[in-house]
Amino acid sequence: MSPKRAVLALKGLLWLGALAPGAWLLHGVFRGALGVNPIEKLTHVTGMTALVLLMLTLAISPFRRLTGWNPIIRLRRPMGLFAFFYALAHFSIWFVFDMVFNVQWMLEDIAERRFITVGMAALLVLTPLAVTSTRGWIRRLGKRWATLHKGVYVATALGVVHYFWLVKADTRLPLAFAAGLVALLVARLPRFRASAAR
Amino acid sequence: MIIRRPPDIPSSEITPEHVYVNRRAFIKAAVSAGTAGMAMGPAVLAGAEPAQSQEIPERFARLRSELDEPLNTYEAVTTYNNFYEFGTSKDDPHRNSGDFRPRPWKVRIGGEVAKPGDYDLDDLLTGLTMEDRVYRLRCVEAWSMVVPWYGFPLSRLIDRVEPTGNARYLEFKTVVRPEEMPGQRAPILNWPYVEGLRMDEARHPLTILATGLYGMDLPNQNGAPLRLVVPWKYGFKSIKSIVSIDFVEEMPMNTWQRQNSFEYGFYANVNPEVSHPRWSQARETRLPGLFKDFETMMFNGYADQVESLYAGMDLTRWK
Repeated sequence: MSPKRAVLALKGLLWLGALAPGAWLLHGVFRGALGVNPIEKLTHVTGMTALVLLMLTLAISPFRRLTGWNPIIRLRRPMGLFAFFYALAHFSIWFVFDMVFNVQWMLEDIAERRFITVGMAALLVLTPLAVTSTRGWIRRLGKRWATLHKGVYVATALGVVHYFWLVKADTRLPLAFAAGLVALLVARLPRFRASAAR
Repeated sequence: MIIRRPPDIPSSEITPEHVYVNRRAFIKAAVSAGTAGMAMGPAVLAGAEPAQSQEIPERFARLRSELDEPLNTYEAVTTYNNFYEFGTSKDDPHRNSGDFRPRPWKVRIGGEVAKPGDYDLDDLLTGLTMEDRVYRLRCVEAWSMVVPWYGFPLSRLIDRVEPTGNARYLEFKTVVRPEEMPGQRAPILNWPYVEGLRMDEARHPLTILATGLYGMDLPNQNGAPLRLVVPWKYGFKSIKSIVSIDFVEEMPMNTWQRQNSFEYGFYANVNPEVSHPRWSQARETRLPGLFKDFETMMFNGYADQVESLYAGMDLTRWK
């Protein structure tokens, strides 16, 4: 398979995989199959999907360096955008059903509840990245674009902390995400980049 | 010293006129007393239908809470709850409790009582009058339901075992059976689950031990075969699958307080004015509703009956 066709196939897989949780949720909403507390299910699944997609987005560059297969980089933008849309859906569900459209309640919660503060911060960091993900913005921002888009590490870290602070007792999964993030950051260290390039 | 008026239970919380008994207790009583059981009338037979049939007795069709709230469905009550012994997701208890064996069952009564011992549950229940009690259940996670429990006042059991003057608190423990309870195979909480009540809370007429819901035996996921129900406290106080009750002098260290004493205390009274450190307790999602717009009531709506228990206490400190 030519690299071009391989990228096309992978993009197809990405679209299928990234749309699957959303499709499953929508199907569940219309069939009433999301259980006794569908809002909780919607909130959890959209949040979890956003976090997983963010981690996968961060894994693309290390994967490229390890394998030397450069075309994979073309998956990074759609993957990041999917992550952003799930994060936006996650926030919207919370604002509509938990905050009942009440902006004052929302601001109070953002100010007083630290897990909401960091979750909100993650979304605020992601938003300009999503907006500037187009070719036009990449051109306009030049070198600053790459610096700005390092923010995805910040957003992912905030997302992991958000998850860690929200669970009541069983922290195994949030800690697994944290370990994965640390591994991805270590993979960025110049030493590892050099050895991988050899 | 404050002398309390005995709190009244609104008559609508107790099934009027009829007396229902648990199926097993009824069978046992009927066997041991010959035909005497029949004297209790046809209502007994309604309550005596096998739980396996999953047919909800007719009396529940129009039953509502004393605040005229509708009951949550049997399906909702039995497929969505917290019981970490079976997993941390709220559909885990329903999915993972199939291997659990709620019979035979013994309850160890110990500590400051005249009649300690290992009691067989069926013996312990003999002669106790079972009632339907429709209670709001408010989870500390800010969702709530209305559940028709089936049980008897804890005070009846306390009287039977004759606590001594040193008994100031009750300490309850949940069974530990990692082979039947997959959640216990990981150290998520410090097993066994422990809960406690002050003696006056335990003797309060609203406090019950439940052996069923919707007039049928408790499903495994809801704490079979015996659980506590304290409706004015957050749900985690209502400990499930109880295997021991100790009468003690010192305030017990309950599981969630041990887990995180910054977030959880001993009392855990429902209080809209005292936030959980991580979320507000002012509002709740009254399932099956979708919006978190139900205003949480002080003591979960039972303030008239229980606030005198806490007269003079700073409820922000004793959370």
